[in-house]
Amino acid sequence: MPDSFDLYLTAAWQTLQMVSVSALVSAIFGLALALLLVTTGPGDLYARPWLNRGVGSVVNAFRSVPFIILLVVLLPFTRLVVGTTIGVWAAVVPLSVAGIPFFARIAEVSLREVDRGLIEAVQAMGGRKRDVLWHVLLPEALPGIVSGLTITLVAMIGSSAMAGAVGAGGLGDVAIRYGYQRFDTQVMVSVLIGLVVLVSVVQTAGDVLARRLNHRQ
Amino acid sequence: MNALAEAIRPEEVEAGPALWQREVEAVGEALVSFRQVGRQFQAGGRSVQALQEVSFDIRQGEIFGIIGRSGAGKSTLLRTINRLESPSSGQVLVAGKDLSGLNEAQLAQARRGIGMIFQHFNLLSSRTVAQNIGLPLKIAGLPQAKIDARVDSLLQLVGLEGKRDVYPARLSGGQKQRVGIARALVHQPELLLCDEATSALDPETTQSILALLRDINRQLKVTVVLITHEMAVIREVCDRVAVLEAGKVVELGPVWQVFGAPQADATRALLASLNHELPADVAGRIVAEPATAQAELLLDVRLDGVSGQDPALGPLVAALGPATRLLHGGVERIQGRAQGRLVLACAPQSRNRLGDLARQLAIPAGNIRILGYVDHA
Repeated sequence: MPDSFDLYLTAAWQTLQMVSVSALVSAIFGLALALLLVTTGPGDLYARPWLNRGVGSVVNAFRSVPFIILLVVLLPFTRLVVGTTIGVWAAVVPLSVAGIPFFARIAEVSLREVDRGLIEAVQAMGGRKRDVLWHVLLPEALPGIVSGLTITLVAMIGSSAMAGAVGAGGLGDVAIRYGYQRFDTQVMVSVLIGLVVLVSVVQTAGDVLARRLNHRQ
Repeated sequence: MNALAEAIRPEEVEAGPALWQREVEAVGEALVSFRQVGRQFQAGGRSVQALQEVSFDIRQGEIFGIIGRSGAGKSTLLRTINRLESPSSGQVLVAGKDLSGLNEAQLAQARRGIGMIFQHFNLLSSRTVAQNIGLPLKIAGLPQAKIDARVDSLLQLVGLEGKRDVYPARLSGGQKQRVGIARALVHQPELLLCDEATSALDPETTQSILALLRDINRQLKVTVVLITHEMAVIREVCDRVAVLEAGKVVELGPVWQVFGAPQADATRALLASLNHELPADVAGRIVAEPATAQAELLLDVRLDGVSGQDPALGPLVAALGPATRLLHGGVERIQGRAQGRLVLACAPQSRNRLGDLARQLAIPAGNIRILGYVDHA
């Protein structure tokens, strides 16, 4: 049926749009937050213990709200940012708001795993704080950050199914409306296969890239 | 640049001539001065005094060793030189300058004149050998062409020309440390700090790294400060040594002096690993008084090297008698002075001639100790 093929194609495109834009936003702001969390703790490069604790609490707060609730709670904010509360762009806002703290915590772990000795070495060679960020923390944590971004992407593909609630469409939305509510098993199975393929491609690409970047073995 | 690369030729590295008797002019005035340096840490609510009242100078051109048990404060002391640690009290002067008042940019600039190598090498895993060595220059903002030229000559200096584009994970421990050394020398520093630089290496690799450090010191006139818990490392390369115990300097002097005649208990404890303990088969048979006429007197003779003379065997036999036997011991040359310990068995009547023996060997009488007697059943 050309009709339903069109439906799938549109849905897949919507999912890709939602997820890629949200992931990009999450990667940028999440990484910035992670750097802030890693470098402002007591005894760190830019020690600001109060700021550190405050940001940590906000991150935790956002992480504890279930996505479907966040979607609704954020409606006014979404309207403020993208001017509408329906469609793909309306979904990007809550997906990003959920993705930023999620990715921040994952990237934080990778950044913390960087050997303190390397920081010391760069300071001893005449490096400044920004050199430590730029030449040590980020490049050394990069393989872990890429793996973390892969995890974030996969989680986001899952969350995007709920974005159907704001009329954003996407593969998950098709599965719920056609497969679940109309008992159309064929659509349900097709969409699920599509999602499995999408997740597998993302995960494999992420793994390959992370392995390429990792020179530790 | 080429002068630097040519400064050390492989054959010179191999030959390793004993250059211990070094001209006095070669060792200049103070390059690093510790003045009443103290450092306190707050650990779990109580304060720990890591360094107290440390005052001494490290002279230009020497290889200075700082030794002590783990936790003695060596690492903290070393790091006050390039201000990875700030002293809580006192002053550290490097080339007459106190780095304490500098802002971030000035401190970074000052640190470029002080190279540092580490126990665990601290190479960036995400960068190749060449990129690691060139990093200090890149941070300093040099153009890539200049960085490449300098990196190539340093690769040659440390003998890693073939490893230019390899990642550190593919290198052996000794090779990693060579990269660390090259990286530390990239700014042509006057001073090189070595933080347990050989502690993670096997004995053979340790020797080659120490030889490289010695050559860098001799050929490039780089003053080297190294900390270690291994006396053997100090003996191998250092000119002078400070012994650190619980944050205080308990002994300081030329290596031969500290090794030959240790004054502090901490030094003796550290030296114990090098000392030749009495073998069990001899120790088990020693008695306080001779029981039979065949008993032999056992002597422990410590050669401290103070006289600078090599111990002569003729006078030794003349003093103790032709029946004298050598049971155990060893002599090592440290900075050109023969030092060590001999356990001798001789006729009991030689007991009266120990003063003579001490004179012959040019050692204090106190260095000859009667261990007891061994009876031959």
